[in-house]
Formats: sequence, C-alpha cells, structure tokens
Amino acid sequence: MSQGTGTGDGGRGPERVTMARALNLGLRAAMEREPKVLVMGEDIGALGGVFRVTEGLAKDFGEERVVDTPLAEAGIVGTAIGLAMRGYRPVCEIQFDGFVFPAYDQIVTQLAKMTHRSRGTLTMPVVIRIPYGGGIGAVEHHSESPEALFAHHTGLRCVSPSNAVDAYWMIQQAIASPDPVIFFEPKRHYWDKAELDPSAEPYPLHRARVVRPGTDVTVVAHGPTVPLALRAADAAAEEGRSLEVVDLRSISPLDLAPVEESVRRTGRCVVAHEAPVFLGLGAEVAARVSERCFYSLEAPVLRVGGFSVPYPAARLEEEYLPDADRLLEAVDRVLDT
Amino acid sequence: MTSSTGRTATASTPSAAGGAPAAAGPMHVVQMLTPDGRRVDHEEDPALAAHAATLTAEDLRGMYRDMALARRVDVEATALQRQGELGLWASLLGQEAAQVGSARATLPQDRLFPTYREHAVAMVRGVDPAHVLSLFRGVDRGGWDVEATGVSPYALVIGSQTLHATGYAMGVQRDGAVGTGDPARDACVLAYFGDGASSQGDVNEAFVFATAYQAPVVFVCQNNQWAISVPAERQTRVPIAQRASGFGFPGVRVDGNDVVACYAVVRAAAERARAGEGPTLVEAFTYRMGAHTTSDDPGRYRPSVEVEQWRARDPLTRLEAHLRRDHGADDAFFADVAREGDTAASRLRRAVLEMPDPEPGSMFDHAYAAEHPQVEEERAWYAAYLAGLDGEEGRTA
Repeated sequence: MSQGTGTGDGGRGPERVTMARALNLGLRAAMEREPKVLVMGEDIGALGGVFRVTEGLAKDFGEERVVDTPLAEAGIVGTAIGLAMRGYRPVCEIQFDGFVFPAYDQIVTQLAKMTHRSRGTLTMPVVIRIPYGGGIGAVEHHSESPEALFAHHTGLRCVSPSNAVDAYWMIQQAIASPDPVIFFEPKRHYWDKAELDPSAEPYPLHRARVVRPGTDVTVVAHGPTVPLALRAADAAAEEGRSLEVVDLRSISPLDLAPVEESVRRTGRCVVAHEAPVFLGLGAEVAARVSERCFYSLEAPVLRVGGFSVPYPAARLEEEYLPDADRLLEAVDRVLDT
Repeated sequence: MTSSTGRTATASTPSAAGGAPAAAGPMHVVQMLTPDGRRVDHEEDPALAAHAATLTAEDLRGMYRDMALARRVDVEATALQRQGELGLWASLLGQEAAQVGSARATLPQDRLFPTYREHAVAMVRGVDPAHVLSLFRGVDRGGWDVEATGVSPYALVIGSQTLHATGYAMGVQRDGAVGTGDPARDACVLAYFGDGASSQGDVNEAFVFATAYQAPVVFVCQNNQWAISVPAERQTRVPIAQRASGFGFPGVRVDGNDVVACYAVVRAAAERARAGEGPTLVEAFTYRMGAHTTSDDPGRYRPSVEVEQWRARDPLTRLEAHLRRDHGADDAFFADVAREGDTAASRLRRAVLEMPDPEPGSMFDHAYAAEHPQVEEERAWYAAYLAGLDGEEGRTA
C-alpha cells in the first residue's frame, strides 16, 4: 500500500493554509516528485479551476502536464485511462459532483475493472477529484454527495479529507496509489484554514482516525460532516455529554477498527453524512457495527443524513442537510434508549 | 450504383449491395482489388498507390494466410460454442480483410485497441487465439500479454476503447514518440470500432480529444452494416468517414473487403499519425457475414439476398483470384494454407478443452493492484467456508 510520501514540499515551514491551497501544494509536491503525474480537466489551466485548486500549475508545469480539456467528462476519464496505460498518472478534476455522471460509465465499466480484466498487468493509477457536498447556495447539480455510488464498485478506492492538513497528504497518497482513487473534496470547506507542516509524518491514506475522544456516543463522519460532528460535540459537551468523533477519511476501503473500538466503550453509535440516508454509507457502517459490536450496543445504530428527495433548491438546503441539531437529536435518541 | 464520384472503383463499390442508400452515401471508396481479383491502380492519392506497391508477392501470400487462418479459427470457435465449450462467440466472418490489412499496417511499437470481434487483428499481432477463446469460454477476460503484442484487452462496452486509444496516443505524444522521424521510435495508435459505436458519445468525444490535441490515433471503423439487428442507416445519414470533416480531420472510406486497399489506407493514416499530423478516420466498408454473436438470429431482421450479394465480394476469394492470376499461387499453396488452418484449429480445440477452470479464490486476485482489506477479508472468509465444506455434502440437492 502506498502511503508514505516523504516530507513532500521541501523546505517549506509550517503555515496556515486553506484546504484549496493545501490541495494545490499537494498537487505541486506530487508533480515535482513524479514527472508522470498530469493534471487534467475543465478550466484547470489559465483559470486554475473554478475553485482555484490548480492555480498556477499551468504556468509552472506547462500545458503538457496541466491539460485543459474539452468539455466532456467521459472524455476526460476515458483518455486518462489511456494515459495510465501508457505509464502516466493522471489526476482528473471533475468540476462539480453532479457533473461526474457522463464519466460514470468510464469510471465504473473501465477504470474500476481494467486491473482485474488484465489480470494485474494494466494498473490504473488515476485520481478523480470531485468537489462534493452542499452548503454553498449553488444551483442544481452542484451540491450532491455521490460517494456511496462509487464505493459500491470494487476496483475503486474512495477517500475524502475533512481538513486542509489531510487534504495535503491524502492527495499525494492518492496519486501514489497504483489503484484508481475517487477523491471527494468537501467544497464548502475549501476555504477553511489549518496549520500545515509539510515536514510532518503523514497518516496512512486508508485509515480512519478518532478526531475527538469521548465516552458517551460514537459519532462516525467523513468529509463535510466531520466539522459538523465536532461542532455538535462542542454543543453536547455543554450539556455534559461526551461525543467521540471518528473521521472515516477512507470510504473504500472502510476502516471501521477505530469505530468498533469506540463503540465497545460507548455502546452507542450515530453515523452522519450529507448523502441520503437510504442505502447510504451509514447503512453499511450500521450493519457492520451491529454485526461486530452487537453485545456492546445499548441502542440501535442511528443514521443522520439527507432525505430521500432530489437535492433541494439553495433556499432549502440547510433544511435538507444534516446540521448539529439533527445530529444531536439522534444523539439524544441513542442515549435515551 | 450510388457511389458516384466517377473516380476509381465506383462500379464495384459494395455500397449498392449494402442496401443502405443514406449511409452508403455518395462517397469515394478506395479500392485496389476488384471483387474478381484484378489489381486496380489508385490514381488520386499517389501515397496510397505507393504503399500498395510495396506489397510483395510474399506479403500478399502472408495476408492470405492470415485471413485464412483467422477464418478457420473462427469456424472452429463457432463449432466449439455450438458444442457447449464456449459461452459465446462473436464471428469475424467477412471482416478478415479489414482486420488483416489494418493490423499489418502497424509497427511493433504501435498500440491497438480492439472491440470483441478483432480476432484477426489479435492474431496478426501474435496473440495466441487460445487466449481469445479463454475469454469466450469464461475462464478469464482474455489472457494475452498486452505489452508484448501491443493489443489491449477486448472492449465489450461499445466505443469505450476509442477514448482509451486517444488517451494512450496523448501519452505517446508526451513521450516524444511522434514526429521524430525515427521509424523505430515514432508510434501511433489504432482504435477499432463499428458502425453502431459511431453513435456513442465516447466515440464522438474521442474524435474531439484526438483532434484538439492532434493525437496520433487512427480510428478504424469497420462498418459491417449491422449493429446486431439495426442497420447502419439508423446510425448515420452520411457516410461515417464523412463525419471526420466535421471534427477537423480526414476521413477515408475504403473497400473493407479489399485487403490491399485496407493496408494502404491504414498505413498512410498511421504514417500521418506517427509524423505528428494528427488523427484520421478510416471507414472500412464491409459486411458481417455471420450473426452478431452465436446468440443472434439474423434471419429475423435481414434478407438472405443481401448476404448473398456480399458473398460475391468475399475478401478471401478476391485475394485468392488475385494471387492465382498475378502471383502464380497454385493449388499447392492454397492446400498448404488450408492444412495449416486445420492444424491450428485442432490445436486450438485441444487447448480450449484442456483449459482448467479457474480456482474459486482467484476471483479475488487483481481486484485491486494493491491490497484492499475488504477484498482480503472476503477472500479469507470464502476460503474458510470452502474448507468447511470439504468432505460434506451440500445442504441443498
């Protein structure tokens, strides 16, 4: 498993950076380290991407390595597959979550299966970056959370950083992976800052992590629901309730060891994500926790997430999205059982 | 006759027999070998004539041999399917010239992206047909060495491979293996697809990417007139080759049952690509003589008279007539080829019958390139489950 990426951005000291900037620095570090790394997508060159994640890369690495593509998502991923066959390591940017579906066929029928099809002779070190999730007041197709649709397909790895520091390391680790990685970036947190120390030792890509220890309820989150869970934990603490928050970080493979360890102590578990609850990642987490921690559980595992409706118009999205109150309502229920 | 530019070969283009006036269009068709085996010059494009002229009598015999072996393998595979030894077979019958001619125009460093019907392409590139049949037997997804043969895995999602081919060609560009003038270095990519695939978004996006970056890719469309039961005119109102102009690169329609013309046209396109001059679309106008696959019943949707018209344009009898007329090939040569085909077929049959079923646990292999804990957990569970069954009867009858 590839996870070590060394100290990356040589000589740079600790600094406070946004997640967008951290991703930019991570891409730079990977491109400096490995000439076969290419970045490709719509508007990623001169513009630097609609979220500016690739800002300055075209100027510094040239258009052969920072490839402004035609406006065709299947074409982006399909040609990335061919580039990978030739030994390149493409990093594709999909502009918004809802625009990945023209590429879904190439991702599912080709990218995910090429290694298996070729009995391991053709590997697919392709990263597909997808800004995902809601909360930015956007128009339709700009706020969705399709991660479970990808994690369901064997052959793909799926990860989502929840903060700038993880974003910096995880993008480099994803690029180093010999397998395709769907990289979900929580877009409403692109501008959240954190202290990044490029000389620190990175945490393994596919490992979940307890980001706030607690004793009463285990809250499982990933991407945008991690900051949410941390806020809910602060509020709960004022009421004398101690939440332990686990950041999954990786959705495929799913590392539930810290969750199980936690649930064996707390006996209670709530899973939160922005995607609809029905058949979402929370269902898998709940099933596995129930199988493995059955005798430790004091209450059913509860799920908090989006409703079974199309993502609503912006003026309704804060009603649709799980917020701290909805999460705490679930916490109340598992504690009151 | 609808093919009407009044230049070469209009009287003998297969378009009228195709029964597809819209798709068959008025478009010039490159032909160098008439259906009765006469060699005709191609005067419009001296480069094409020059490429054809490089073919020696030995080359032509080699082409015949490739086509005949592929056809014999195809017959054997169909028989094996009928006997229950293959789950499915997609016959290439009728398309031997388009496949052998195009594949023989490639160099070792070129990469080819086939569909699931390019058996002759694979064989020309050195793929053991047993590795093709293992796919159709359900042993694996095709077992040949992609790097050694330059033949990518068969693509079953229609048109998907044209994007892979274009991306691969973009990689060739980045490797500086285009336009150097070094014949051992410059490379191109062949993207095979069919008339049905020409309607797919992937194919059209491949055209867009290839032309935007001037990628060294040759799109080889074998228009065999039928996408299972749907005729080519449902896919297009203009000759498929003509579509290229809308994307900004050349398109050529070639008599797909004429191996000499297919070779010359694809070689010219390949050389253009390797020189850094961008993509070309070659439409090989041919005919699927058999069913779509062994599961298909073409009697339900196409008239047998159409098949008979195309039988008169058979690519092998055409080249045989030419070899006999102009190159002194005699009965002994054709008997030798037939014998070689029979030997290859019986060797193939034996190889197929001896293929072991894969080990149950092997399905977990290569799901990922690097270890994936969930796959490993399930692999271990399944191994333990199977071990627990050892010596026990299953619980269900």
